[in-house]
Amino acid sequence: MRTPANDRPDEAKSADAPVIATGVGHRYGSTVALDDVSLNFAGGASVAIIGPDGVGKSTLLGLLTGVRRLQRGEISVFGGSMRERRRRDDVAPRLAYMPQGLGRNLYPTLTVAENVDFHARLFGLAASERAARLDRLLTATGLDPFRQRRAGQLSGGMKQKLSLCCALVHDPDLLVLDEPTTGVDPLSRRQFWDLIDSIRRQRAGMTVIIATAYMDEAARFDRVIALDDGRVIADGPLADILAKTGEATLEDAYRRLGSRDGETVAPAFVMPARKPEPGNWAISAAGLTRRFGDFTAVDHVSFQIEKGEIFGFLGSNGCGKTTTMKMLTGLLPATEGSAELLGSAVDAGDISVRLRVGYVSQSFSLYDELTVRANLMLHARLYRLPAADVAPRVDESLKRFDLVSHADSLPSALPLGIRQRLQLAAACLHRPEVLILDEPTSGVDPQARDDFWRHLAGLSRNDGVTIFVSTHFMNEAERCDRISLMHQGRVLAVGAPAELVRQAGAANLEAVFISNLEAAEAASRDTKGPVTAPQPDTAAPSSTPPSSKPHRRWNHFATASMIWTFARREGVEILRDPVRMSFAVLGSLLLLVLFGYGISFDVKNLPYAVFDRDQSIESGQLIDAFSGSSYFDAQAPIRDEQEVDRRLASGELRLVVSIPPGYGADLLKGARPEVAILIDGANTFRAETVKAYVQGVVLTYVAQLSHDRYGPGVSVTLPFDLRPRYAYNQAFVSVDAITPGVIMLLLILIPSAMTAVGVAREREIGSITNFSASPASVVDFMIGKQLPYVAVGVASYLTLFAFARLFFGVPFAGSFPALSVGVLLYLLAATGFGLLVSTLVKTQVAAIMAAAILCVVPTVNFSGFINPMSSMDGVARWVGLLFPASWFQTIAIGSFAKGVGALDLIRSDLALAGFAVVFIGAACLLLDKQEA
Amino acid sequence: MRRFVINVFYLAIKELWSLRRDPIMLFLIVYAFSAAVVMVASAVKLEVVNATIAIVDEDRSQLTARMADAFVAPYFKTPELVARSEVDRAMDVGRYGFVLEFPPSFEADVLRGRQPAIGLTIDATAMVQAGNGYAYIQSILLTEAANFLNSKGIEAQLPIVTAPRVYFNPNIEGRWFSSIMQLVNSIVILSILLVGAAVIREREHGTIEHLLVMPVRAIEIALAKVLANGAVLLVAAELSMELVVRWYLGVPVAGSRVLFLFGTTIFLFSTTSLGILVATLARSMPQFALMAIPVFTTMLLLSGNMTPLESMPTVLQWAMHVSPSVYYVQFSQGLLYRGATIDLVWKPLLIMSGLGALFLAYATYRFRLMLSRAD
Repeated sequence: MRTPANDRPDEAKSADAPVIATGVGHRYGSTVALDDVSLNFAGGASVAIIGPDGVGKSTLLGLLTGVRRLQRGEISVFGGSMRERRRRDDVAPRLAYMPQGLGRNLYPTLTVAENVDFHARLFGLAASERAARLDRLLTATGLDPFRQRRAGQLSGGMKQKLSLCCALVHDPDLLVLDEPTTGVDPLSRRQFWDLIDSIRRQRAGMTVIIATAYMDEAARFDRVIALDDGRVIADGPLADILAKTGEATLEDAYRRLGSRDGETVAPAFVMPARKPEPGNWAISAAGLTRRFGDFTAVDHVSFQIEKGEIFGFLGSNGCGKTTTMKMLTGLLPATEGSAELLGSAVDAGDISVRLRVGYVSQSFSLYDELTVRANLMLHARLYRLPAADVAPRVDESLKRFDLVSHADSLPSALPLGIRQRLQLAAACLHRPEVLILDEPTSGVDPQARDDFWRHLAGLSRNDGVTIFVSTHFMNEAERCDRISLMHQGRVLAVGAPAELVRQAGAANLEAVFISNLEAAEAASRDTKGPVTAPQPDTAAPSSTPPSSKPHRRWNHFATASMIWTFARREGVEILRDPVRMSFAVLGSLLLLVLFGYGISFDVKNLPYAVFDRDQSIESGQLIDAFSGSSYFDAQAPIRDEQEVDRRLASGELRLVVSIPPGYGADLLKGARPEVAILIDGANTFRAETVKAYVQGVVLTYVAQLSHDRYGPGVSVTLPFDLRPRYAYNQAFVSVDAITPGVIMLLLILIPSAMTAVGVAREREIGSITNFSASPASVVDFMIGKQLPYVAVGVASYLTLFAFARLFFGVPFAGSFPALSVGVLLYLLAATGFGLLVSTLVKTQVAAIMAAAILCVVPTVNFSGFINPMSSMDGVARWVGLLFPASWFQTIAIGSFAKGVGALDLIRSDLALAGFAVVFIGAACLLLDKQEA
Repeated sequence: MRRFVINVFYLAIKELWSLRRDPIMLFLIVYAFSAAVVMVASAVKLEVVNATIAIVDEDRSQLTARMADAFVAPYFKTPELVARSEVDRAMDVGRYGFVLEFPPSFEADVLRGRQPAIGLTIDATAMVQAGNGYAYIQSILLTEAANFLNSKGIEAQLPIVTAPRVYFNPNIEGRWFSSIMQLVNSIVILSILLVGAAVIREREHGTIEHLLVMPVRAIEIALAKVLANGAVLLVAAELSMELVVRWYLGVPVAGSRVLFLFGTTIFLFSTTSLGILVATLARSMPQFALMAIPVFTTMLLLSGNMTPLESMPTVLQWAMHVSPSVYYVQFSQGLLYRGATIDLVWKPLLIMSGLGALFLAYATYRFRLMLSRAD
């Protein structure tokens, strides 16, 4: 990666340096990440930034690309200050940023081609240009045959190549890569850097800045900057640094730089030798196989590991290492084959074996919300340490793994290396006989990795612990007693590292690894059809010199196309998730059916009983009046006074009709006997309805009485004839009245929750960085996020409407276009509310909870769904008016039942539009494009 | 067994710590059990309150004036006299819930015993008020007519007297009902979302996998979540019951407090278990959200709380029997309003425990299945 000497940083003049950082400082709370850093980066330079975890490498890169907000100092990129939003957006099209972590800028449900296309659209490339660059980049990276594969199904190495394609698609002049090869296997790593080299050859003007934990990678760069404690401790060409420190390799030089003045430098760690004890197996696997559907992740893997041995597991990304380890721990059942751990077959249910095993998973899997000490205490207790031993053992472990000073910190505040040490401490706490470690040092800096291996050596050599560890680092593999090479679910070779090198006649272990993998790839290519090999020399993203590019056009490209870019991506993601789609549309439909049938305010089959203390013909007539009504459902008659209270209290009866003794005689005498009507008042609304129905039954009974006594046409009792007419719903059918309300309820609950999770999820996963690094505005992003959910809402509305009309036969008196306009505005307000919620919370969990809880109360209670708005006053009325639901309820009821025209709905339409504008506006103001 | 208890205990403590570090979640819990309950209790009126009524009076007699004056607060807002031509438009925009029309010479016809017709137009889109309001209006008009006729020396009385007496809530105060209803609703929403989301979060962060490698059983992990989150919600529900419902809203709650706690504990066990079950069926947080919403809205609206079970179609009644909320409503209504004792409410308690155990058993089974999926 050498470039001509005039690109040397020391000779770079500020004037022609495209990237200038002056006095940059950055803090997170009270932690200082960067302290007065001043650096210039020349055009076309290639720079590697090295340093231990948590010294501010990622912070610096984030600041350079404008993804993080500048706190102190000044950064100018291509003449524009990163402090000013406008300038930042202006230069954004010339920058590319690939965040730390495997495929962090990718969307797992999108295909390879769609991911690149999304990034191309993000920078406003025209369709023809997009297609051309897509072809070129995919061919160059060898991803062409996998165009239609979803990013989530790619191996780690392929993910990183795809990430690079996405970063390069808009022909940037500054490429910033944050630890791009962490967690990537050596072969993929080599291919990745070859790719970068060839791209740089084609585009000499491009500046490349990377952060890395691999010293051999840093050595490929013109200039190396070492950071420690937020400061630059060394800066210059590799040769200069080596000369200055007097070390032979960068790894050693780095070690020296990391030490404080006067400290003796710990020598590179050398693994003490071990005497083999063949036959004394701690772990043995025979023909272990695991399939997921038709994909075979692990294919007849067999190996045996001696007690006290350190057994290394190497292999390409996605070759089945993790799956094998999971099978050994009992997390995953094996499809075929068997595994033995400490003499007994691995069985997910066998607790006693688990007590003898410790496990460290690939990613940090302890609790971020518990302190370091609390995490260890929890482990000690769950691993059944005697109560008296818990505290001393935890203290001992804190000391042994150098965690004493961090005991009361939360893991999320610690650098990766220390977090991994904590994981190891937790796994060793119960003094296991076997340790299973899945890439425990991925992303950890060399110094911390050495420390980690010192601990492993102690455990193996002193305590006789068997260690089964997977890694991508060759120097770690060399320290293992024996290693196994794995590829595509199969074991390619097993043996002592030195032995394998000797057998293959290779220069070193990395060469063995790569040749084995290449041979296996070639073999599988022969059987599985053509796989285009990477063609680095065609990797030119553009042959035009970067300076001649018309960057200014980014300023004015249409917001609409940017919104479409975000909306399109989100839409594809929703369409790819059949569960979400079906729950959003069919789930709504199911709820309409349930609520349409289920929510009913009619009294039907109301359980009642009669307490007849008269037993006369007249009392019998009164009883008949009740039993003849379909509203009431007679239960066994009541015999004594106590039964009344008891049966009402048990909830068995909702109504008791108590007829007094002498009822018949009194009636005939005209002495107006008193019938007691006892109603269960637990449900107040119900009690009133029952009261009303009883009144109706009694009036009918009285009319019948007078008819019998005085003949037809004569009524002495009813002075007038009250003729009710149920407007808008003549038959007074519950489902007709409920349906508009159910539509109102569903069209806010589901779209708002979906949208809220949508934004919170991007933030939690980290793909929001794509937006931060792009020239798109917050409004573009927000509205783009929102539109697909509005579309889902519209689909749901059309389904609900059709169903209500066709199957429920709900009458529709109004104008369909007028209702649809209302629905659209309502959905904009509902999804806007979701956006607002998502900007106020940090996690997806909180987003769901907040959206659901904040929506349910006003929609169910204060919208006019159950009780009419006109009868509400005070707080309730205001809560109702300040939430979109009540306004849409007016539109829905007006359209379905009342046949109100578009003109009468304008006030509600305007209110809904106002909500949409306020919600979206507030969300846009609250969402910060940059990170802190 | 001792091991089991110890593991569950420490895992539950861990759950509580996680919750403590989440201020938004704590805020939502406090809101759902305080402000939400107060708002709903003081404002949701399912009974006839503030009903809007208009009168088209073409008689303008003493009797019609008397009848108009009889519509009083809190049941009705003061009636407005309108012209017949205004009625349709006013109803369309929802200004009036009821419109009474007295025909010309109404009073004279009543005095002559001709039974003149009174037109009553009811806005049926407001179902809740429409039915009951009609009965109110009928009874008010009857009383006024009878008094009027009696004052003129004409006997006009029903041959029987009905004496309605409402048990457990004699003045039909909606507050009593709606406060408890919202309390139940808050419990349902929070218990399902809180526990379910906790499971998904552990899964997305890989911590649950780590737990399963330890000498801990899936059932212990699940039970710890049920217990810890259940305990938090139990405390919240109890505080809400004492401070908000009894003290602030002044609802005279019947029944034993111990029994309420006991029943609520069982209910929380069943709903939190259901939350875990839903979480094991979802693959991601967005999916969980979409699955949980239909579950809890159905449990809220069809629990028999607002609309009694017996009014639903039979199939639906049967289907709703898998919902613990149906039994909790039976239990809480029996206990809190009717002052029922354990011998009257043991059945719903037993069924709730059974459902909870069933949910938890299936959720535990799904746990391992969930982890063995390729992802």
